[in-house]
Amino acid sequence: MVMGELPREVDLVVLGGGPGGYAAAFRAADLGLDTVLVESRSALGGECLHVGCIPSKALLGMAALIHDATEAENAGVAFGPPRVDAAKLRAWTQRSIDRLGRGLAAVAKVRGVDVVAGRGRFEKDGAIRVSQDDAPPATFKFKHAIVATGSRPATLPGLEVGPRVWDSTAALSLPSVPARLLVVGGGYIGLELGSVYAALGSEVTVVELLDGLLPGVDRDLVTPLARRLGKQFKHIFLGTKLTATHETATALTVELAGEGAPKQLEVDQLLVAVGRRPLTDDLGLEHTHAQRDPRGFIVVDAQRRTADPRIFAIGDVAGEPMLAHKAMAEGMVAAAAAAGRPAAFEPLAIPAVVFTDPEVAWCGLMEAQAHARGIEARAVKVPWSASGRAVAMGRSDGLTKLVFEKASGRLLGVGLVGPHAGDLLAEGTLAVEMGAVAEDLAGTIHTHPTLSETLGEAAELFLGRPIHLPPPRD
Amino acid sequence: MAKEFKLPDLGEGLTEAEIVSVLVHAGDEITEDQAVLLVETEKAQVELPSPFGGRVATVHVQAGQRVKVGAVLLSFADGPGSTVAASTAPAAAAARTAKPAVTVTPAGAPSTPPTGLPPAATPATRRLARELGVELSHVRGTGPGGRILDEDVHRAASGGRPGAAPAARGDRTSSPSASPAGPAEMGRPLVVPTALPSLPRFEQWGPVEREPLRNIRRRSAEHLALAWAVIPHVTQHDQADITELETMRRRHQKRGAEGSVDLTLTVFLVKAAAIALRAHPRFNASLDHATGELVLKRYYNVGVAVETDQGLVVPVLRGVDGKGIREIAAELATLVARTREGRATLEDLRSGTFTVTNTGALGGTGATPIINYPEVAILGVGRSRPTPVVRDGAIVPRLILPLSLAFDHRVIDGMEAARFSTELVGLLEAPERLFLEG
Repeated sequence: MVMGELPREVDLVVLGGGPGGYAAAFRAADLGLDTVLVESRSALGGECLHVGCIPSKALLGMAALIHDATEAENAGVAFGPPRVDAAKLRAWTQRSIDRLGRGLAAVAKVRGVDVVAGRGRFEKDGAIRVSQDDAPPATFKFKHAIVATGSRPATLPGLEVGPRVWDSTAALSLPSVPARLLVVGGGYIGLELGSVYAALGSEVTVVELLDGLLPGVDRDLVTPLARRLGKQFKHIFLGTKLTATHETATALTVELAGEGAPKQLEVDQLLVAVGRRPLTDDLGLEHTHAQRDPRGFIVVDAQRRTADPRIFAIGDVAGEPMLAHKAMAEGMVAAAAAAGRPAAFEPLAIPAVVFTDPEVAWCGLMEAQAHARGIEARAVKVPWSASGRAVAMGRSDGLTKLVFEKASGRLLGVGLVGPHAGDLLAEGTLAVEMGAVAEDLAGTIHTHPTLSETLGEAAELFLGRPIHLPPPRD
Repeated sequence: MAKEFKLPDLGEGLTEAEIVSVLVHAGDEITEDQAVLLVETEKAQVELPSPFGGRVATVHVQAGQRVKVGAVLLSFADGPGSTVAASTAPAAAAARTAKPAVTVTPAGAPSTPPTGLPPAATPATRRLARELGVELSHVRGTGPGGRILDEDVHRAASGGRPGAAPAARGDRTSSPSASPAGPAEMGRPLVVPTALPSLPRFEQWGPVEREPLRNIRRRSAEHLALAWAVIPHVTQHDQADITELETMRRRHQKRGAEGSVDLTLTVFLVKAAAIALRAHPRFNASLDHATGELVLKRYYNVGVAVETDQGLVVPVLRGVDGKGIREIAAELATLVARTREGRATLEDLRSGTFTVTNTGALGGTGATPIINYPEVAILGVGRSRPTPVVRDGAIVPRLILPLSLAFDHRVIDGMEAARFSTELVGLLEAPERLFLEG
């Protein structure tokens, strides 16, 4: 049937098929809404699946394997040096992506979510026009819309992506393993990708404008990571600015300004990892009442509703932290709100994990944030040298840190650094959300010998009765 | 500088209004005092006249939007003659000096950055609180470390205090009224809910439609609930023989036809009420809670309940005691028409001291009307019917009008109410008194 330009009336249009968008669309369909999901890629999953979380974890998994094999030598098990077939690794990563993409398509179909290919733009009077390259445009009249268009890697002026300059998307496609890689930006993206290339054999240098890696992350957690990365990477230059780049026939010369950094450095490849920017420019938001803040994020309330009551915004477009699981949680809230259910996005703890080696993971409030809110908090730290499992793994450099409200013993936040910290965080996140007190954690039996014991031990330490650490002196 | 028309102070403590329709467009040339917007406040629909003339540059509002006093409604283009700074003085009676501009409230206000310790409650408990409409920051948790438990939320939802047993302990689906009191309930104090329990999901039993309560209906709902909750109502029923009154009314109705003034029964009821109120001042009063005094009003303004498309509205006839029947009839006719067209002014709607609600046109033998707070009495009127009446030992057909006088028992006792009611009946049965004593 030829639809021509006749608008189709639907309950909900979701713009963007990333983790936030598809979670919103699936939930909305389950709640009985006639739902259209607009996605410009040929498959669902967004940046996360295609050029973010998933491929980076596939590569980081291989990087960890290389590290473990190298370190096994200390324990008396030696492997030969790894031989990396970049093309094969690329294809292997792509197979994981394709498989997950097909899974999402199947799940969308089962639910009756109508996935429409193209780019959606708001028009007047509650309409969205979806245009695509090789098909006539389609117009949808919506009762509600959810903007979930995500973000793109931020760029530096004068550093356009090209053969010698990568952004995270380019680096994840593993075009080559450069001999010398300069990573601009010491945030989680730069450190994760730097780790991958270091493991694959690149000589990696990191420059960070601020005076510490992972700006904004608790220093107790960053210190053990920085120590280990210092061994993986050739150089880490903090408080250093990239001032110029010159491309020569065979390499790239960069000029640096910062204490301890050389004035000039020759590298083969440059990776710009200076954060991400929300994609809200070309959505036709001027035809709605939705408002953006100066950084381009769409302003939303607890339901993730914009100043235009018909329109919600979730995920990276709705503000920090730009994390897939936060987007999914928001998507489910917005879908429920669009279906008229009482819903609100009010987590106590949004878990965050940096998948480096060691991993850094945290949720809830660290001391500084608690104090900023006027809460009297007390932190306790259990070094992993007190964990039998960590020592047996040869990784006693980790740390478990719990932040409690001093008076009630209520758990406010959890910080971890060490192998598998990202997986260990789950218990802590649940405990924060449940409003658990130290006695709850201490009274929960933790498996021996696992790294999770350090959480129970930290709670015991707060209560003044640790087992594997000397009792605190009063 | 470009002139702006802001939502003026509407009086009566009203802080916002809903835009019903915008009567002008950007680019329109308008004249001073031209109606530019139709707005609905909690009290009335009113047309807003523009305080100045000129070309409309931008219309900042649209139908359906709620705006606060001071919000910019229209801006005007700088015209060649825009030196008329003095014309910014509002011309409309309702438009006093506009307060500093307040931005239009967006439906989705940005969430404020959090401070302090967020309430400790599990995600499941928080969801329960959302469903029951309970604000967790107002709930005291009784769990470890002050954690808010499901029971605490149920208790808050039913308005109970800590220590009182929750209505549905540990079972969200059981309704307390559905289960007979078991041994566990024996001896526990009865909880009188002051907050409303949440509604069941009606969709589970069949299709439903939801209709928002708009300003007037919403305001009525709140106002009537307040009156019913605060005032101990007692209703005194009586009957008036209005055979003679009806004969007279019909006679003068015909004669007055050329003047086209409608002599309705309500006109006589209003007049009778005013006379009775003068003789019984406690019915023309308000109770001042703050001082514990009875405020006896020496003016007699009778409100008349009018059904409109937007809901029930009670416009007021002022100074009824000093007005004749024809004058009241003429005023009532225009007042009712204005109200039905949604053009009642705020002045029309306030200052009542007593209310008459006549539903007789639709039938009924009696009702228990709710007093229009802060008044202390209201007269409900049913349908008059030819009725066999025993008079001097013989049965005669008479036209009998049922009257229901609801009064505030804090202020008026039953004997006084009987006297007032008898006075009213006497006035209606001897209609010449309405002229002699009015």
